[in-house]
Amino acid sequence: MSPEALLEADRLAVRVGHRWLCCEFSLSLRAGECLVLLGPNGAGKTTLLHTLAGLRPPTVGRVALAGRDLSTWPAGELARQRGLLVQQQPDYFAASVLETVLVGRHPHLGRWRWEGPEDIALARGALAQVGLEGFEGRQVLSLSGGERQRVAIAALLTQAPTLFLLDEPTNHLDLHYQIAILDLFQALAREGRGVVMVLHDINLAARYADRVILLDGVGGVLAGRRAEVLQAEPLSRAFGHPLRQIEVAGRAHFIPD
Amino acid sequence: MPSRDLDCCGAPSTHGKGRLVASVPGAAPAPSLAGRDALGRPLTRCLRVLGGLSLAGALAFAFALHAGEVTVSWADVAAALGLGPGGGAADVVRTLRLPRALAAYACGALLALAGTLMQILLRNPLADPYVLGISGGAAVGALGAIALGAAAWVVDGAAFAGALTATCLVFGLARGDGAWTPTRLLLTGVIVAAGCGAAVSFMLVMTTDIRVQSMLFWLTGDASGATRPWPAFLILLAGLALVLPYARDFNVLARGDLPARALGLRVERLRLLIYVMASLLTAVAVTQVGSVGFVGLVVPHLVRLALGNDQRLLLPAAALAGGALLTAADTAARTIMAPTQLPVGVLTALIGVPLFLFLLMRHPR
Repeated sequence: MSPEALLEADRLAVRVGHRWLCCEFSLSLRAGECLVLLGPNGAGKTTLLHTLAGLRPPTVGRVALAGRDLSTWPAGELARQRGLLVQQQPDYFAASVLETVLVGRHPHLGRWRWEGPEDIALARGALAQVGLEGFEGRQVLSLSGGERQRVAIAALLTQAPTLFLLDEPTNHLDLHYQIAILDLFQALAREGRGVVMVLHDINLAARYADRVILLDGVGGVLAGRRAEVLQAEPLSRAFGHPLRQIEVAGRAHFIPD
Repeated sequence: MPSRDLDCCGAPSTHGKGRLVASVPGAAPAPSLAGRDALGRPLTRCLRVLGGLSLAGALAFAFALHAGEVTVSWADVAAALGLGPGGGAADVVRTLRLPRALAAYACGALLALAGTLMQILLRNPLADPYVLGISGGAAVGALGAIALGAAAWVVDGAAFAGALTATCLVFGLARGDGAWTPTRLLLTGVIVAAGCGAAVSFMLVMTTDIRVQSMLFWLTGDASGATRPWPAFLILLAGLALVLPYARDFNVLARGDLPARALGLRVERLRLLIYVMASLLTAVAVTQVGSVGFVGLVVPHLVRLALGNDQRLLLPAAALAGGALLTAADTAARTIMAPTQLPVGVLTALIGVPLFLFLLMRHPR
């Protein structure tokens, strides 16, 4: 394990039931980098993300955060280091936006501590970052899908982990918010944090990824730097549709043939 | 925390009353009144709410000792509580009304607390303490004992044993191959409750004499036989002491299993704690006063509507409100048709049903 790696997958393989989602691969993510998981529907991107988050054990190999095996982290300590944005955040009970966002402070508070002014300031700051200033007192159940997604992102920002794991962070978001949110996480990475995200859009991946893991849906994995993985040929094979690579403003874009 | 602002914060917001939400990079976010109301000075608010509910409970309790077929003067009520000299009426209060009022208070609190826990466990604001078949199991035990002509303490023991049997049965069946989702738990509970319902109907049909009356009182919920309220009180205090330290964990758990695990919770252990506590509290209450309905459903729901879903406040507030409500309902059950005594379950249903329908109408979602 290299000491400077924030997240390191070492000969990792994941199986669900009898199906291998990915064969053995190794990859390390440094602080400051953005890793994107790509692949067709049902390829196991979410399962792999949960494995990288330490929420399910790897079938083979190991995952380490800051040089320490994920299975040896106490749950509470791990929650202060890595945060997960889930794909669908259901709302079972009515709650205000501020209360919902403050849930992110849970791992930072002792058993009898209540959220203090500094926690509330963090939550308000996070809401401002996702463009939801003034929404503190609103009920989450009254919000639109895109607004709820941004509330979930604000809760994650309030958790303030070193490693962000995002399952489709652009879900429900309008185009300008998609770019804004991804810009935000890229900026967070540049400040010295790590970002791992599942994306559907190859071109957004090409824009934000430093490293890419491409799952082909039948167990094959291609993992490496963006330029090594994002090429027309492996992408076409993984997504089952021919893609053509074009250069626009010095950046690779992929369009379906 | 990241310092960079979104470059789109000036975008029009469809839900922001049409105004533009502009953000100034680096500026401290302006405090909002709505947010301050939601969370301002939470401890002070908690003390105020819990103090108010305690006072309501004390009033309901005092009235329970005062009112009845024979109205006892306040001086005699005070005397019965050891606060001064009193006449013979103090004995009525001490031996009859006091234990009954205490039992009603304890059981109301137990049921409301159990209902709140069950709603977290099943992530459903419409769950109640009986939804997993606990009252059904208790009813089978109690009615079986009544049918055999057993003594009152045997009926209580059989009810408790029945409740625990149903709890273990539902837990074992729902756990199955290890998957333990709220849906699976709920379906198993509903089916076990239906089975118990059939057994109860069978016993009612097969019993032909005066014992049917006892059975019906038990099924509706009745506090007249409650003479030993202290065990219920002790269990209530123990239950509160056990669940309150986890109240903030419950808030996180209400967000769903996966987000809760990502925030560092041990979800399986926490759910087991909730299940065991909710079942035990319900079993104790049902053993004392039979299957009184609606307290465990309506009280947590009402308190949540009034105070929000922060379990740190909701759990103790629901317990206090449940105690006050059942004490008041039991007093009404004793007095409104005196000398005929209604089972308290009829009163809670009469209050609960229209109240609940009203709430549903006001909150169509």
